[in-house]
Amino acid sequence: MAKVLDRRRLVPNLHLIEIHAPEVAKKCRPGQFVIIMPDERGERIPLSIADWDAAKGSVTSVFLLVGTSTHKLSLLKTGDEVPVFVGPLGRESEIRNFGTVVLAGGCFGIGAIYPLARALKAAGNRVITVIDVKAKYLIYWGEKLRAVSDKMIIASRDQALNSKEYIPAKIAEVLHSENPVNRVVAIGCTYLMYACAMATKPLGIKTIVNLNPIMVDGTGMCGACRCTVGGQTKFACVDGPDLDGHEIDWMELFKRRKSYFDDEIQSLCDWEKNQLP
Amino acid sequence: MAEEKKELSPELKERLKAGFDQEWRKGQRKAVPVKERMKLPRQKMPEREAAVRNRDFGEVNRGLDSEAAMAEARRCMDCANPQCVGGCPVSIDIPSFVKLVEQGKFIEAAWKIKETNSLPAICGRVCPQESQCEEVCTMKKGTGVPVAIGNLERFVADFERLGGNIKIPEIPPPTGCKVAIIGAGPAGLTVAGDLAKRGHSVTIFEALHISGGVLVYGIPEFRLPKAILKAEVDYLQKLGVRIRTNFVVGKTATIDDLRAEGFEAFFIGSGAGLPNFMKIPGENLVGVYSANEYLTRVNLMRAWDFPNYDTPVFKAKCAAVIGGGNVAMDSVRTSKRLGAERSIIIYRRSRHEMPAREEEVKHAEEEGIEFHFLTTPTRYIGDENGKLRAMECLRMELGEPDASGRRRPVPVKGSEFITEVDLVVVAIGQSPNPLIPQTTPGLKMGKWGNVEVDWKTMATSLEGVYAGGDIIRGGATVILAMGDARNAAAEMDKYLRAKPRP
Repeated sequence: MAKVLDRRRLVPNLHLIEIHAPEVAKKCRPGQFVIIMPDERGERIPLSIADWDAAKGSVTSVFLLVGTSTHKLSLLKTGDEVPVFVGPLGRESEIRNFGTVVLAGGCFGIGAIYPLARALKAAGNRVITVIDVKAKYLIYWGEKLRAVSDKMIIASRDQALNSKEYIPAKIAEVLHSENPVNRVVAIGCTYLMYACAMATKPLGIKTIVNLNPIMVDGTGMCGACRCTVGGQTKFACVDGPDLDGHEIDWMELFKRRKSYFDDEIQSLCDWEKNQLP
Repeated sequence: MAEEKKELSPELKERLKAGFDQEWRKGQRKAVPVKERMKLPRQKMPEREAAVRNRDFGEVNRGLDSEAAMAEARRCMDCANPQCVGGCPVSIDIPSFVKLVEQGKFIEAAWKIKETNSLPAICGRVCPQESQCEEVCTMKKGTGVPVAIGNLERFVADFERLGGNIKIPEIPPPTGCKVAIIGAGPAGLTVAGDLAKRGHSVTIFEALHISGGVLVYGIPEFRLPKAILKAEVDYLQKLGVRIRTNFVVGKTATIDDLRAEGFEAFFIGSGAGLPNFMKIPGENLVGVYSANEYLTRVNLMRAWDFPNYDTPVFKAKCAAVIGGGNVAMDSVRTSKRLGAERSIIIYRRSRHEMPAREEEVKHAEEEGIEFHFLTTPTRYIGDENGKLRAMECLRMELGEPDASGRRRPVPVKGSEFITEVDLVVVAIGQSPNPLIPQTTPGLKMGKWGNVEVDWKTMATSLEGVYAGGDIIRGGATVILAMGDARNAAAEMDKYLRAKPRP
């Protein structure tokens, strides 16, 4: 059992959860994830690590409300316990001085690029963060990210932000204004990562995506998270989650991501019926 | 796999002889002449009806009753040179426990087994006795039908558990030595029991949230009820074993980290957690599972009870399972229980070469599983949503024997055919899990990604680090893992005692 230290709504549909897990916190590195199970009947789901505090012994993730598991997580209160919180899993992101790095984040990925920005900045890189939000009120961790970025750009479809672009257009702009960009890393929903990878592909700029396919154990045992990278099958949990965005078979990944679409809806409907009579 | 018939150690021979020479054993031998014993029929294991049991996850075998157990034990002629003990990877004193059963001393029989095996209710269910103790049984040589040693082991273990009279052996004073065991599977649980009984402080680190390893995520409820596993794990905890679940050694902490925390000896029993695929087109379609994933969803995550449990699993009209081992049998019988109209085994050799236990094959056949031998898939075909809808197969014929001595399957040219399936489970074996090897500098590895050990001592290339089970063998059996574990535990005990203490 792991204790919930904090669970907060950051913006509509996006929540933060901070868990007491001193051993995990000691080992966390950017790019890694944890597996969490909200209750004894729950599913094991992977969450990207968004921050940690080794001294306090805590690990923080940001998650989007999607299905039953994330809805269950969103009801947790400080002091509650979750039966499974295991990690840190997956390989850590490569951190060294690349030169100029563009970090693209959307949805929960805005949180997940934070430790990466911090580490890349400390390694001497020029760090440009580009975050994607549908509207201004969905921005979170803006100050936190700005503090570890040389520049922060917001892609949005909100007039209040004077922007009407999806993230790849903003990335394309950055690639032109910041010449050269040595590496792009994208974290967020599969479509956002795909779009970012497609935006950089014509220019041949190395683009890493931090995949989050369906997983069960998260230690290489089951193969649920397999994807095709450069024609070979890789397990995102042990070979990734950082993988080359230009080599991934995205269409296969989209389909695998939707494997349980109907079951997920049924599960959520059942759960909601019990929660909200 | 290094599987050799064991020569009994002199100490073991002496122990067996002492048992054999006891007055009550002598009397019991005399009471029924061998000729009479040979006439007795083997007691049948009662089973639930196939047409009922293939709709649920209740246990198939119901277990012998005490009368049947005593009758079966009477068949054992208590020979002077019992081969069965040599056939057992953990060297259970089989004649002693069987003769206690003949007398109706069931509890004493259970204790006798527990001297050398901490998990008898599990072994009595999942060991391939027919190729171990029962294969070399003298009664088999005489009559063709061995004593049902496995069924008797199961009976006494169940008798002890159901009676609620579980004896906790006396534990010697603590040695103060801290032992870390990686993986709460059959090997890890066995080492833990053996070392705790010798007074060491034992902690098991388990990556998943429930202990048991393959016993919990792999072997289905209908073969090994989880409640039985839980009872055996509870027993270990009563011996003083600590279990840390949700702890991935290699990630949450490395072996070096644990050493720095004061652990002095290590046992790596992290298993064969890396499923093999055939690398044929369409293997990543939605609807194609590794056996590990399929069984883990159903057994560990209880997807059979979806949506009461959140984890889903595909339910098929026609499920095809690729492979001929026990994992393939578990998978195909699971698919039937989840409601498949047709559940098919696709195996590239013939029935004769199938590695699955005869009992599993028999049960599968009774439950309506179809067997397609000499067939192999060549590609999987999906619909526009990337969901599996059919598979292409190729007929095979048997050629010359290969390295394993089994005749090699050779494709029949032009024999491709397409068959409609909406679920495929790939059960063609697995490789050792790479997490520990990747994160343990200096650990010597073999060419299959396995941890290398000295087979006499189970010691790895690192001081104080031992290993056993599928991490050194690739995919093998529960009891071989436990055999490795017993040897490793004895060596680890020696190692700890020889270590200079401040």
